Amino acid sequence: MAATVLKRLAGAVLVLWATATFTFVVQLFMPGDRATMIINTQAGNLQNPSPEEIATLNERYGFDDSYLTQYLHYLGDLARGDLGVSYNQHQPVTEIIAAQIGPTIVLTVSALILAWVISLIITVLATGRDNVWSRAATGFQIVTAALPPYWIGTILLVLLAVQTGIFPVEGDTSVIGLILPALTLAIPLSGFLGQVTQDEFERVLEQPFVTSSRTRGMGDLGVRLRHVLRHAVLPAVTLSGWALGALFSGAVLIEAVFSRPGIGGILVQATSGRDIPLVTGVMLASAVMYIVANLLVDVAYRYVDPRLRTA
Amino acid sequence: MSAPLIRLEGLRVAFGPTEAVREVSFELQPGRSLAIVGESGSGKSVTARTLVGLTGGRAQVGVDRYEYLGRDVSALSDREWRKVRGKEIGFVTQDALVSLDGLRPVGKEVGEGPRLHGWSGSKDELRARVVELLRDVGVPEPELKARQLPHELSGGQRQRALIASALALDPSLLIADEPTTALDVTIQAQVLELLEATRARGKALILISHDLAVVSRMADFVLVMREGEVVERGPAAQVFGDPQHEYTRKLLDAVPSAHSRGARLSPSSAPRLAVVPEHRTAPAGEGPLLRARDLVKSFRGPDKLARTVVQDVSFDLARGETLGIVGESGSGKSTTARLVLALETADSGVVELGGRAWSTLSERERRPRRREISVIYQDPLSSFDPRWPVERIVGDAAEDAAQVSELLDLVGLERSLRDRRPLELSGGQRQRVAIARALAPRPSVIVCDEPVSALDVSIQAQVLDLLADLRDELDVSLLFISHDLGVVHHLSDRVLVMSEGRVVEQGTADAVFLNPKHDYTQRLVAAVPRLGYQREQVAA
Amino acid sequence: MTAITLQPRAARASRTGAFLRSVPPGVKLAALVVALYVLAAVAPGVLQPHDPFSTDLDSSLLAPSLQHPFGTDQSGRDLFSRVVEGARQSLAIGIGATALSFVIALVLGIAAGLGPRLVDGGVNRFLEVLFAFPTLFLALLFVAVFGQTVTTQIVAVAIGTAPGYARIIRGQFLQVKGSTYVEAARAVGHPYPRIVAQHIFPNAMRPLVVMFTLGVGQAIVWASGLAFLGLGVAPPSPEWGALLDAGRNYTTSAWWLEVMPGLAIVLFALSVTVVGRHIQERLEGKVKVQAL
Repeated sequence: MAATVLKRLAGAVLVLWATATFTFVVQLFMPGDRATMIINTQAGNLQNPSPEEIATLNERYGFDDSYLTQYLHYLGDLARGDLGVSYNQHQPVTEIIAAQIGPTIVLTVSALILAWVISLIITVLATGRDNVWSRAATGFQIVTAALPPYWIGTILLVLLAVQTGIFPVEGDTSVIGLILPALTLAIPLSGFLGQVTQDEFERVLEQPFVTSSRTRGMGDLGVRLRHVLRHAVLPAVTLSGWALGALFSGAVLIEAVFSRPGIGGILVQATSGRDIPLVTGVMLASAVMYIVANLLVDVAYRYVDPRLRTA
Repeated sequence: MSAPLIRLEGLRVAFGPTEAVREVSFELQPGRSLAIVGESGSGKSVTARTLVGLTGGRAQVGVDRYEYLGRDVSALSDREWRKVRGKEIGFVTQDALVSLDGLRPVGKEVGEGPRLHGWSGSKDELRARVVELLRDVGVPEPELKARQLPHELSGGQRQRALIASALALDPSLLIADEPTTALDVTIQAQVLELLEATRARGKALILISHDLAVVSRMADFVLVMREGEVVERGPAAQVFGDPQHEYTRKLLDAVPSAHSRGARLSPSSAPRLAVVPEHRTAPAGEGPLLRARDLVKSFRGPDKLARTVVQDVSFDLARGETLGIVGESGSGKSTTARLVLALETADSGVVELGGRAWSTLSERERRPRRREISVIYQDPLSSFDPRWPVERIVGDAAEDAAQVSELLDLVGLERSLRDRRPLELSGGQRQRVAIARALAPRPSVIVCDEPVSALDVSIQAQVLDLLADLRDELDVSLLFISHDLGVVHHLSDRVLVMSEGRVVEQGTADAVFLNPKHDYTQRLVAAVPRLGYQREQVAA
Repeated sequence: MTAITLQPRAARASRTGAFLRSVPPGVKLAALVVALYVLAAVAPGVLQPHDPFSTDLDSSLLAPSLQHPFGTDQSGRDLFSRVVEGARQSLAIGIGATALSFVIALVLGIAAGLGPRLVDGGVNRFLEVLFAFPTLFLALLFVAVFGQTVTTQIVAVAIGTAPGYARIIRGQFLQVKGSTYVEAARAVGHPYPRIVAQHIFPNAMRPLVVMFTLGVGQAIVWASGLAFLGLGVAPPSPEWGALLDAGRNYTTSAWWLEVMPGLAIVLFALSVTVVGRHIQERLEGKVKVQAL
């Protein structure tokens, strides 16, 4: 067991190193002189910075060093948990992210839970039955899986907050204020997870062991809950690590719709301000989340599928 | 005569416009056994499931009379059926290997019936009962196995556990739907013995099977079904010894065995080869056409450990000869075939073809000579490019596309099928296309890897007849691989018996099967179910 | 074994009629909607009740009505006409991004699927790393590095979506490469390049047409997401994402500015999905949902 954990952790560190290297390499492709670009973005207009100004910046960010030196510096800093200093906000990236990431994680995780609940209820009740509800549920999942989250957010906002005033309109960080954004993120994901689960559910319903249980006198709901469900959730469990990453990025859009505090605001600002350290910092944070999520998925998978424990 | 346990009259089942079962009726006394036999699509499994109210959501079921233990059960609701299922009627489902929930311990599955039907004792008592049930059906180490997951049990143990779960509540009737499909022949024999022992303890048994030999051994009464109808019924001795219906006779004739050697399996009205083309094979060299010497092959498993799949296999195949390779799953027979075809490289050992080097050639050197040896797979569908019509599939393997018509005639396929795609053909037609493709390069050897195991017995008979005719007329040699001893005995001149990667016995077919020397062969031969009644004997 | 026998080809009399009857009404409707979008992109004038650019401050911010089905914006321009006008650029962005994404994915996927094991391993690792970044973040990283233009937006969406396609294409090639019919062709003695050309390529590429159609819908959704964040085509362009961006400040006062352009995107994405899935089902039976 200890060996497995160690192997997993080593794998995680490797993926993290690879993602960090990827983001480092991508920024080398930045067109033009970086120091000039930073000065221009800060000034908000095009100017010809003096050689002294450029030299100062080159000195501060080490742009004059060889790429290898820069890379080693970057990795060294990263190992110490230092993601560099934001070009525009002149604060350590780690501090900026740490201050804002809380609400985003809360939103992401609640959306994932909500998506699972919605898709499971629909799957267990509707799959494999030949009736209007079943077809409606399938249709609902196809439609919702294709909806852009920002649009769902807008609709919910207009219907439930602006028009009726049931929910606070925006900027609210209370639990009530969490409901609409979380629902917004959860709806398309529930459609996607639901389709995956439903496909598998339908396949498992036809399996001989299910018939076998029926011949022992198990009722339909019992078969669905005791036998089929456990098999049917496996693909969706596997996808949940990926889904958490997708939600994390979707949260950026949703925070913009609901004017919620979180990582989204800084990322959008950093992207348009071409604040590379901050953008790559947020990306690495999401990569860490993806890695952690996948470790948790592994644990969950072992819990659901005992074959892996004995193998 | 006592009151019947089960009385069924006029059962009809339809799925939409398709009538799956028409007017099926029978009675069964307590403690007796009834077999329902038929090929795929005969409605035998649908009938079995309907007997416990599990026909399926979309089916329309009608019945004139259905009584079980003297009680009218023709109009039970699903809730009422649930009280009958498991408790009064035990049911063993098809596909032994996947009929237990893979995510739950075996003991939970066996104990599910008692729990559902109101187990009055404690959990510990239920656990003890489950162990007892597993022990009764001959599962070794029942305490341990009850805690394990299905994949940790062997196939035979899984099927025993499944039977234990059906017997858990001591029902008066056990229905077994193809209880031995996917099991090796020695395991099949053990499972059949267990079912027979169960019946001897006073349970009535309804056995559903496509295998006439299995049925003939087990049943008191037999129903023969075809396309939803019962075409023949009666005591087993009568049905097998003196069949009245033409279809039953056809089915019985179609079973390949020692007795059928040299005879045709399908109705003799079918013409032999329509045309016999000139079949130019590679010039005969000295010695055997195919020589395999000391073949060894191992594969690395997921645990990184090398497993030897083929160990020191040697054999010769003479011109025009048919060499059968028999063995159970995992015996290495299919890997041997792939080594012979040079689709896999042996770790050591050599194969020579036509008296010349073969396995030692580079692929570039071998390519022009690949025409000398061809292959027929078990699942023809997956061996055809799904986009290609028959004409192209066959033409692709021929030197000259103009030969396609001739080849289709040769294997008895109508020329009008040449534009069809593989999905648009029946199982028998597909295997004929596969044979046509294998003949197209005019090979001197054809490797047949389980070519008939996916086919119904009557289609299997036609394909075997075709192979025999082609071999005789075209003078090709066959390397014929099968798990079915009857099929191999019917077709082969000589036989190789493989077990765990090794050849344990070889010799002429009669010598090996009628007078086996090696332990394993003896067990294998003893395990084969045979038609229990010979028609000649009854007639005499 | 049950044989699956389909209709023989010869028996398909009056094929068009039978084909039309076999298409469910929902799919027909979706196909009609897609056709209307194409019409809007090719000849927007046919569908426009008003001039999409003429401003009229007297009729600014009017709610949807018969006169203005999607309402009007703050300058009094007819929103429906603007949505129709934006179709050309939005579809071009969607098609361009998908095409580019497919080129990247094909290079990676084919190299991995057909190349030596070492290349496959390398590409596979690379894709795994990319999967640690959500699609939107990959796109944002690209915008941050290369600045904010229409071209970057297209390339950003292409890069964001390419890993998913690459993985599917790789899987396709590996599956076909390992199939029995490829082995059968080897056993006949055909040289490998011929097998690649005759069997592996055509069969592995078969699902890509449908994947492309579905991809265009998704690409438009992603591109509009970028624009919604103010990182794509900027107002006052009538491109759908730009319309969304322009409407963002009016969510509480004039909801239609946000909802209607979004509806245009959603309707397109949905119709394309419905049509695409139907074609896929016809080609290869039941559709398996895949994560991109």
